[in-house]
Amino acid sequence: MPVCELLVRVQAEDFDLAAECERLTRGRKDVGAVVTFSGLCRDESGTLEALELEHYPGMAEEEITRIAREAVERWPINGLSVIHRHGRIAPGENIVLVVATSPHRQAAFEAASFLMDYLKSRAPFWKKEHRRDGQEGGWVEAARHDEEALQRWKR
Amino acid sequence: MKLVYFAWVRERIGTGEEEIDLPQQIRTVSDLLAWLKSRGEGYEAALRYPEVIRVAIDHEHVDHSEPVAGAREIALFPPMTGG
Repeated sequence: MPVCELLVRVQAEDFDLAAECERLTRGRKDVGAVVTFSGLCRDESGTLEALELEHYPGMAEEEITRIAREAVERWPINGLSVIHRHGRIAPGENIVLVVATSPHRQAAFEAASFLMDYLKSRAPFWKKEHRRDGQEGGWVEAARHDEEALQRWKR
Repeated sequence: MKLVYFAWVRERIGTGEEEIDLPQQIRTVSDLLAWLKSRGEGYEAALRYPEVIRVAIDHEHVDHSEPVAGAREIALFPPMTGG
């Protein structure tokens, strides 16, 4: 199996999408496709002050690494980076980044999509809402469609 | 054995982690959830619907039928909302 660059980071700090793409492509001539996915904190109703992302230190990194290794086994990708933030994140800010590189586009598209589907319901993170009006915000509930999304990757 | 709790499970129980000596008769995750639930109001509130609680043993997801023997750290938490 060809060597695949694998980077997993769980951090409070923001990330730089361009720098992460550069990391996987610089000096390489075997990369034909770079697929990136960024997940941002959104506020559709204008009521959200920020999301508080709680995580399980240690397991978060290990679980993301397990999911990433499975993606590396299933698709001919030559680079994969996953960065997931925790802590307080305001609307418009980055939460998660997946970058997948491969010789041909299909593998990178599918690996990135697989990663995101699994991160949603298997990576130990929980989002709590802080409201702009100061009222107690609740924990974001897991969406049924996120769990159902995993079905298409079952082998 | 170390138990750790996250999100609303942590809030309702009122602590993020604790060391507990489990009674001998507790063999599986299901047994553990049922026993913890009887330890007080906070536990009762957190574990009222045990079927929704997700569990990890030593940082790996497990089913409720998993044996707890030999575990160093058991984590209880709600369905995850990563990504």
